[in-house]
Amino acid sequence: MMYSEKVMDHFMHPRNVGEIPDANGIGEVGNPVCGDIMKIYLKVEENIVKDVKFNTFGCGSAIASSSMATELIKGRTLEDAWTLTNKAVAEALDGLPPIKMHCSVLAEEAVHKAINDYRVSAGLQLWDYKEHDDIHAQVHGN
Amino acid sequence: MRKVYLDHAATTPLHPEVLALMCDFMRDTFGNPSSVHSFGREAKKFTQEARQKVADLIGAAPEEIYFTSGGTEADNIAIIGTAMARRKNGNHIITSAIEHHAVLDTFKYLAKNGFEVTLLPVDKYGMVDPDEVAGAIRKETTLVTIMHANNEIGTIQPIAEIGRIVREHGVVFHSDAVQTLTKIPVNVDDLGVGLLSLSAHKIYGPKGIGALYVRKGIRLQPIIHGGGQERKLRSGTENTPGIVGFGKAAEIGGRDMEQESKRVQGLRDKLIRRVLAEIPSVTLNGHPEQRLPNNANFSVAYVEGESLVLSLDLDGIAVSSGSACSSGSLQPSHVLTALGLPHEMMHGSLRMTLGRANSEEDIDYVVESLKGIVTRLRSFSPLAQPVRA
Repeated sequence: MMYSEKVMDHFMHPRNVGEIPDANGIGEVGNPVCGDIMKIYLKVEENIVKDVKFNTFGCGSAIASSSMATELIKGRTLEDAWTLTNKAVAEALDGLPPIKMHCSVLAEEAVHKAINDYRVSAGLQLWDYKEHDDIHAQVHGN
Repeated sequence: MRKVYLDHAATTPLHPEVLALMCDFMRDTFGNPSSVHSFGREAKKFTQEARQKVADLIGAAPEEIYFTSGGTEADNIAIIGTAMARRKNGNHIITSAIEHHAVLDTFKYLAKNGFEVTLLPVDKYGMVDPDEVAGAIRKETTLVTIMHANNEIGTIQPIAEIGRIVREHGVVFHSDAVQTLTKIPVNVDDLGVGLLSLSAHKIYGPKGIGALYVRKGIRLQPIIHGGGQERKLRSGTENTPGIVGFGKAAEIGGRDMEQESKRVQGLRDKLIRRVLAEIPSVTLNGHPEQRLPNNANFSVAYVEGESLVLSLDLDGIAVSSGSACSSGSLQPSHVLTALGLPHEMMHGSLRMTLGRANSEEDIDYVVESLKGIVTRLRSFSPLAQPVRA
């Protein structure tokens, strides 16, 4: 199995690593059974993702996907950030091995969860989002 | 950059003496050992010498050694060959939950084809209880197979004790000794085995060659049919360069075992001592004493195994992991699962297996590298938050 140079770069030098103490949107996905947990912190001001940081427990592609997802939504409007797809994350990383595509799905889910978490705290209506349960079950077998 | 190979349980480099002999042989001796003429006789002489050397290494007679394409094929012939040959006596076969896939998947194949199989559990160190073996044997049981030492965690099984029990019941006993050969003494009479699987590429020999020891009197049904080579058990023109290389590797391995195992164990003990002392929240998997002299298997809490393997690789260090993300199937190792490890510890598993080329300096380099890597990966692991705080 081979990772692209982009994946290795984001794995070794992840962008936006850490926590935001006064985050107003947090999204956590994954679990220790599957072996990957992603936590994304948002600081939203005037409908803009002013700051974003992440913590991830997982393989190289999970760490790189988290890093890339934060880069792709930083400074964007919430509406823009919401359009982030796992495909966009994988493409920005110059591709992921097929067996690792679910790592990009986790990144997409973590971003959506964090945005909706912000919307709850801001008294806004939740945006509709369907989690990719099928993909996760497919790769982990349960 | 410094290169440190710590994956000798996966495979080993060719010993220079093995390489030299194989090159000479491939250039000068191309004959088919089955041929009557001088070319054939010359090739036959070389393969018989090699057979003697492999036999000597395990205390067997040369006519009890059957060359195969490797450890996997030896396991397949031993298991399927016994099950089929003794089908009239019964259809029950026994193994452990932590065997190599060459054994487990062959058991699955036989289960699909009408055999009853028992997988014995292991304790938290990966040890099979001989009493459990005794308890599992029924009158329909025809075969028990338990590996000599485990390839992931290095735990050495009480094979001699299990062998005694199995023999008392008149059941055939097979063991996969691929990981133990030339690391600890492997003697077929001391172990009490009827069948024993061996492989060359784990002992600085070539890939694509192994052997099955078959004690005189045990009848096996062949699974590969053809020209009747290897006394009809394994048809197909012999891999003569491989056989010659295997013989040389067996000779060198036997000669150097005591000294080399002692040296490697010293390095391995230092590796374990330093890692456990200098990196917090790391545990050792496998048995603390009854383990291969070259094996260390750690669980590093709060980080994932594949990210450890990748990071070490960037420092020139080659290791392996039993984590789900590095398995290709995204399932954690069946061995670590059988030990009952918590999920997060399985995902952070790291196997380091030492060998001939490793030095004291290598161990120091690896420990320093691993310390930095674990600190970095934990710095952004959500599981490590309580530890960092």
